[in-house]
Amino acid sequence: MSSTKYILGLFDDPDEMMHGIDELQKNSIPIYDVYTPMPIHGIEKKLGIKDSRLGWAAFMFGCLGGTTIFSMATYMLALDWPMNIGGKPAFAVPDFIPITFEWTVLFTAFGMTATFFYATHLFPGRTPRVMDLRATDDRFVIAIDAKGNIPHDDITNVLKQAGAVEVKHNDRKYVSYE
Amino acid sequence: MKTSHSFDERFIFQGRAKTWSLVLIAIGVIGIAVGFLTGSGERTFANLLLMGYYFACVCTCGVFFCAVQYVAQAGWSASILRIPQAFAKVLPIAAVVLLVIIGLGLFFTHPGLNEEGKQTIIPYLYKQWALKGITTPGNENYNAVIAGKSGFLNIPFFLIRLVTYLGCYSLLGWLLVKYSNNEDELGGMLNYNKSFKVSVIFLVIFGFTVPLFAFDTIMSLEAHWFSTMFGWYNFAALWVSGMAVITLTLILLKQGGYIQWVTEDHLHNMGQLLFGFSIFWTYLWFAQFLLTWYANLPEEAAYFYRRWEPEFKPWFWLNIIINFATPLLVLMSRDSKRMISVLKVACIILICGHWLDYWQMIMPGTVGPQSGFFSPGDSKTSFLFGIGPIEIAVFLGFAGLFMFAMLNALSKFKSLAPKRHPLLEESLHHHL
Repeated sequence: MSSTKYILGLFDDPDEMMHGIDELQKNSIPIYDVYTPMPIHGIEKKLGIKDSRLGWAAFMFGCLGGTTIFSMATYMLALDWPMNIGGKPAFAVPDFIPITFEWTVLFTAFGMTATFFYATHLFPGRTPRVMDLRATDDRFVIAIDAKGNIPHDDITNVLKQAGAVEVKHNDRKYVSYE
Repeated sequence: MKTSHSFDERFIFQGRAKTWSLVLIAIGVIGIAVGFLTGSGERTFANLLLMGYYFACVCTCGVFFCAVQYVAQAGWSASILRIPQAFAKVLPIAAVVLLVIIGLGLFFTHPGLNEEGKQTIIPYLYKQWALKGITTPGNENYNAVIAGKSGFLNIPFFLIRLVTYLGCYSLLGWLLVKYSNNEDELGGMLNYNKSFKVSVIFLVIFGFTVPLFAFDTIMSLEAHWFSTMFGWYNFAALWVSGMAVITLTLILLKQGGYIQWVTEDHLHNMGQLLFGFSIFWTYLWFAQFLLTWYANLPEEAAYFYRRWEPEFKPWFWLNIIINFATPLLVLMSRDSKRMISVLKVACIILICGHWLDYWQMIMPGTVGPQSGFFSPGDSKTSFLFGIGPIEIAVFLGFAGLFMFAMLNALSKFKSLAPKRHPLLEESLHHHL
């Protein structure tokens, strides 16, 4: 039994890589993921990647931020220590709007960043997990889970025929861990 | 995916679109006639001013949209430019309509009450400053505040200014359309570069004059009050409502079998702009409101005081709910901007919402809560009488007039996309 965990097809041209995806899909070989140095239009649709739920996280964090500061302002200025400021009512909603807006934006931005870091394991100081280092440079990498996808030679052939400049059989999932 | 389209197909203005626009114009004419014959002259004039202004703003928005695209050298919009160009072609008509309404409103008079509540002869529009004798000391209509402003706010200079603004916008819009048509014939970069220059000139002129245009046409209805925010607030309303009309036109044309190259990606972009600038509108609305509320200076608060009379207060709040909450909640998600039916409904709501916005800018300062239909006696339901048959008929009439003039202008184009626009291919392959 082979110890190969992942098969990587490295392409030097995005169009050839897109062609490679087509070929793999034609041969019913499931694709684990694709790594490219730049965004490629239409690739999400081709790979059948679901829409990101980051927007929902952003919306929820926004709601949380707005609610938090509005409650705080209400408690501090209207309930706990009401003060007469310019003869305005203590519960002065128009005055609370700017700070509510600011906290909504703040929570959205921070919450979205934190969610993104959490989802992608990209915490500062942590070595990013990369399957092939050149995927951030000049290679367009298609990764295929080797387990259950046999024979591996057929996969290699499909990738080669589609124009892969190099095919790697990796025993480890990532080239970098910590 | 199909990458080549036949751009030479022309829009044919006939059938239901033509019938409906003529029916709507007829409804408008009947509404105006009924308004004058039932003695609601002032109210009818206020509605005419409202819709004349709205009409001119939407057409100006067509020029502004084109100019922004040229100056930003935007590629995505190249294939939809014919629609705002058709708006720009209608602008001279809208300008004349607005000027005629304002001219008639200034020079026709009726008996009414002046600022002091004395019986006198007042013009139908701009009664707060266009009153005879208002700048003459000793006259019973004399008002020191207005007299102090009369160096700027006098009838001849007022009309000259309006003619200048609308003339400039119309002329530059006409040039943009002309260059685009020439481009179809000749190709090359010459006309694109010319359009770029004209767009830059337009944006500079527009940027400096559009607040003044709003100050003159709308803010001077309540000449004692002023807000430096008002110009930009009106500009935001112009931009949002104009884009809502552009988007609705795109959707209806697409559903009618034209402009098949317009995809959900283009509509997504329009939806994003609508969403973003609705928030911008709210920001300006609130900036004007918050400072007035907080400072509570009598001469500033008078404006909102009038809008908090029972006749206007529900509409005042409905205005901010419609124009803020609808785009915020409906257009926030990506999917809703890409679904043609949702975007269509959002556009219609925004068009009506900005009508309401203009309505509550104009009515308290012209008709006020005290006259005609506005005071049925019971203050709890009185707000319902603020929008009656005259309002609806005049709105529909102008909608028909706009439809007729715009579709007629559109049918004059030899192609429904600027087929030799240098960025056309980018627009046809636009993906979001």
